[in-house]
Amino acid sequence: MNPPRLRVQRPWRLAAEASALLIAVVVAFPLYWMVLSAFKPAGEIESSEPRPWTLAPSLDSFRRVFGQQEFGRYFVNSLVVACTVVIVSALIAFLAATAVTRFRFRFRTTLLIMFLVAQMVPVEALTIPLFFLMRDFGQLNTLGALILPHIAFSLPFAIWMLRGFVKAVPEALEEAAYIDGASRARFLWQILFPLVFPGLVATSVFSFISAWNDFLFAKSFIISDTSQSTLPMALLVFYKPDDPDWGGVMAASTVMTIPVLIFFVLVQRRLVSGLGGAVKD
Amino acid sequence: MRGVRGWSRPRGGSRRSTTAPRPWGRTSTPWLYLAPALVVLGGLLVYPVYQLGLISFFQYTQAQVSGGEPTTFEGFGNYAELFGDEQFWQVLLATVLFAAACVVSTLAVGCALAVLLTRVRALPRLVLMLAALGAWATPAVTGSTVWLLLFDPDFGPVNRILGLGDHSWTYGRYSAFFLVLLEVVWCSFPFVMVTVYAGIRAVPGEVLEAAALDGASQWRIWRSVLAPMLRPILTVVTIQSVIWDFKVFTQIYVMTNGGGIAGQNLVLNVYAYQQAFASSKYSLGSAIGVVMLLLLLAATLVYLRLLRRQGEEL
Repeated sequence: MNPPRLRVQRPWRLAAEASALLIAVVVAFPLYWMVLSAFKPAGEIESSEPRPWTLAPSLDSFRRVFGQQEFGRYFVNSLVVACTVVIVSALIAFLAATAVTRFRFRFRTTLLIMFLVAQMVPVEALTIPLFFLMRDFGQLNTLGALILPHIAFSLPFAIWMLRGFVKAVPEALEEAAYIDGASRARFLWQILFPLVFPGLVATSVFSFISAWNDFLFAKSFIISDTSQSTLPMALLVFYKPDDPDWGGVMAASTVMTIPVLIFFVLVQRRLVSGLGGAVKD
Repeated sequence: MRGVRGWSRPRGGSRRSTTAPRPWGRTSTPWLYLAPALVVLGGLLVYPVYQLGLISFFQYTQAQVSGGEPTTFEGFGNYAELFGDEQFWQVLLATVLFAAACVVSTLAVGCALAVLLTRVRALPRLVLMLAALGAWATPAVTGSTVWLLLFDPDFGPVNRILGLGDHSWTYGRYSAFFLVLLEVVWCSFPFVMVTVYAGIRAVPGEVLEAAALDGASQWRIWRSVLAPMLRPILTVVTIQSVIWDFKVFTQIYVMTNGGGIAGQNLVLNVYAYQQAFASSKYSLGSAIGVVMLLLLLAATLVYLRLLRRQGEEL
């Protein structure tokens, strides 16, 4: 865990630490303000003298949010979409990353370039053809219409990231496994998979966020059946540009941010070491 | 920890693994492993891109979607209309400048803070790291609304602190872009910071100590020792930032209410969406999508050439 040891003089280090803490406060301030505003009673948010504290925290905004039709259901829908995308795309990306790093075959480099190019595709522009595709497959107004495109869009980046992790597993291990009589499937799932797992976690953060965040697809593909809607849609119910219900927006935002925060804190250490490993090789 | 293992391992040890021909190489196994990915990508990415290109050559409006009228081939008609439109060029210029400003700011902030992280003890480092992870974890929709509230002319704390009265940040074109830029930098610098920090940590401490002993200044160490060693990582975070910032959608859409007053804050992605779904000009929206695709493709090619020049093997 040691950072590179540099001879940093004491006053400089203290100055650096002070600015690090100050920057942390600035960076965290929007989140603090979000949670604070969610707990402020109605009169205090819409006051011209905003105070960075509240003496009378209230749950009114949360009540309003959960009182809105089926907010809990939207929450579950979002969770189902995000988790399905994370698991399915992680498995598919693991197999693909193994193929492009542990085997040499024709078109390997071409494929890698294709995966890179695929990341460039502006997802929003594909809403039009995807809409027709989902309509033809009868997926409109179902969660499938949200899950399927997100699996596809998170795959190229996941494969590109996972390459480094798969590469880092020593070749000798594979040879030893085969000499000991392990089948290829056994090596893949019982040896390689656990070793690459930290990398899978790091990459899954990205697919989780993209699926959890999405409101364009939800808006475009879930047209008539609101029971299949997701959280961003519910949030925007409170956000009317002319007269936003700030309390409601902030309470819904808080509810929407918490699962991602939990996810991040859980994978934090793996994320930091994982990203370093992924881009190094 | 991976980082530690990473730099105790001899350099180049991982490269050998791909250059040596594998004894089991000549099988269909790689294609078997690739099959699910290729099926998904083919059906949900390649095919829609093909469709996107196709639609951009046809006349495609609400009438065609509902099946009321047959689709007619337009050739480059949609593109001619697009390139003849002054607003398109304005939006294109705004997109490129805005993305460039976002990328530069994100990289500057991210790299500076990554270096700062290496200079402090564990506790301040953890605090800053957690704050950054919080910003990173915030969904784009909620981040946008929170920043709007912070800069709200009536109820926001920022105007009070700066003594700006009821100055509206979203009214002026540049101040609205600036506000969106702040939000974009806030939610995207953590990726750069964490990645670069992890990269710096993987640089052997002896190298830095040797440079310091030779009397190199901090700036000199960064420029002549760290930056060259980190170049692969810096290339990755730069290209990722370019991709993300060029495609910014949610922030502009939510914070400027769909592109700002009279479309002054439109970027290509939002412009395409507005043309397609608000005005039902699906073919025009698709043509814009194709233009974006080609621009990003050009960026990818530059990136690939950079990687090649560094002697990096794919």
